[in-house]
Order: sequence, then structure tokens, then C-alpha cells
Amino acid sequence: MPVNDEVFEKVKSALVDALGVDDDEVEPSKTMVGDLGAESIDFLDIVFKLEHAFSIKIPREDLFPEDILQNTAYVQNGRVTGDGLALLRQRMPFADLSKFEANPVVQDFAKQLTVGDLCSYVSMKVNA
Amino acid sequence: MRWFWIDRFTEFVSGQYATAVKNVTLAEEAVDEYVPSWPYLPASLVIEGMAQTGGLLVGQLSDFRQRVVLGKINRCQFHGQAFPGDTLHFRAQLTSLQANGAFVSGTVEKCGKPFCELELMFAFLTDERFDDVQLFEPAALCRMLRLLRMFEVGVNPDGSPISVPEQMVAAEKAVLLSSTP
Repeated sequence: MPVNDEVFEKVKSALVDALGVDDDEVEPSKTMVGDLGAESIDFLDIVFKLEHAFSIKIPREDLFPEDILQNTAYVQNGRVTGDGLALLRQRMPFADLSKFEANPVVQDFAKQLTVGDLCSYVSMKVNA
Repeated sequence: MRWFWIDRFTEFVSGQYATAVKNVTLAEEAVDEYVPSWPYLPASLVIEGMAQTGGLLVGQLSDFRQRVVLGKINRCQFHGQAFPGDTLHFRAQLTSLQANGAFVSGTVEKCGKPFCELELMFAFLTDERFDDVQLFEPAALCRMLRLLRMFEVGVNPDGSPISVPEQMVAAEKAVLLSSTP
């Protein structure tokens, strides 16, 4: 999903502010957790800043689909099932889940979200 | 252990803002011993004072049923140090209330001059993960709020006084009855 510069700059500003990272560290391909060091508490801050920056509401389950990841109907032996992956794709069309699908360990899900995914999500919400 | 880093509330408008006062004194160990021979209130305890002012402002909205914890210090700038004899005036403004947290913008004045500006984020510990966790025993928290005079100065946005939450009143009564011979 194409992301325009204005969206990226606002997302970058929110991430720089919330995570204390440098401007040049924030790139679309960077993962929020692995590359930018976001912790769970930071996501509350990031969501707040994005909601204000873009005048949107971000339901928690849009970015953190715990209702799927903690549902025994979609998780077996710590891995998301095919049905669960289909539901995730449907819920999160803005995210590139290809790496996660190759090895869908529930615990690794939060590490997948990239800056680009976040920008795509915001663009989707703004244009909805 | 006592952990009061404000002395009392001076204003409290539910869901909007709270002000509190803190007198720095040499009688406090942290002031006297943090840096030997240079007594001052450590910056971290000034922040704690704002966390108490803002955290209680947030907690009161749920009658203190919500588990409110300081999640992040988003921004903080000091303009000096607070020494014994100084009076600090805290003002916490609730800027956003979310389903899983709240944001507070705070200012501190020292003897009438800007001393510190900060922004705090509070998180709510959810029932799903912390159902068996009680951060404060209700009677003890109620006593603390009474000492801080929250119920003396606290009002709702329409000016009516805030009330002591029912579960706290019940807990206080239970404590009194259990200690009566």
C-alpha cells in the first residue's frame, strides 16, 4: 500500500517522540520492536500520538489482535493455525505478514510490525 | 514506609486538574542524604510528586478501582534544584483519558517561579492479567487521601464535592470494627 510523505513524516515524528530514537533511524522497513526498541508500554503512547496527529481512533485489536492470538480456536501448540492466519490477513490488510506466516509462533507476532505497516494502517484509517 | 511526595492537595477538579503543595524540609532523609552536604530534593522525587498528583487525579475517575501505574515520563525539564525551605506547587492537567491509560501534563513552580515541566503517561493494569493484584488496600489508600485532604478540596466539574468511594468507606469501617476491643 503506497504511503505518502506526509503520513510517513507524522508517523516518524510520533515514533521519535515516543521512543526517543533519532530521525534517521525511522525507516519504513524497520520493525518497531526489534529495530526501534519499542516495548509494550510504548505502544499506548504511540497510539495516543497517532490518534492526535491524524484525528483518528485506533481500536486496540486493529494493531494487537489478541482476540485471535489468545484464542485456542486459532492457536495450537503456540502457533497460529491456518484459519487464524486467514483471519489475521483479513484483520490486518495493511501489514506484511509473509515472514510471520512462514513461522507463525504467537510470541513472535508483536515483533513483526514495521514502520511501513504502521504508515499503511494510518493511511487506511485516514482514507476510510 | 511513608511515601508521600506531596503534602496536600490545594485544588482538585475531577477529570480536569489537580494542584498540590510540597514543602521541602531537611527532616526528610532523601533530602539530607542523597548528596551529603548538599541537601536538596532529588529530581526523581519531584517527578514522583507529580506522579502522585496526576495519578490520583486519574485514579479518582474510577473511584480508585482502576489500577493506575506510572508508565512513562514522556518529557521532563528542570530549571534548578529544590532546597530545604522551598515550597513547590504542583499542577497536573489531565490531557487525555483512554481505555487503557491516561496522559497528564504537569508544571511545578518553586516559590512562584517555573521549576519543572513534564508529561506523564499512566497505564491501567487490566483485569485479564492483574485480576488478583491489589495495588493498595482500600482503607490504607483512603487514609492517605484523607491525609492529603483530597476530599476536603475535591469537586466535580459542576462544583459539587466529590465523595469518598463506597468501597473505601466500607473498608474503613471494617478496619475500625476489627480494631475495636
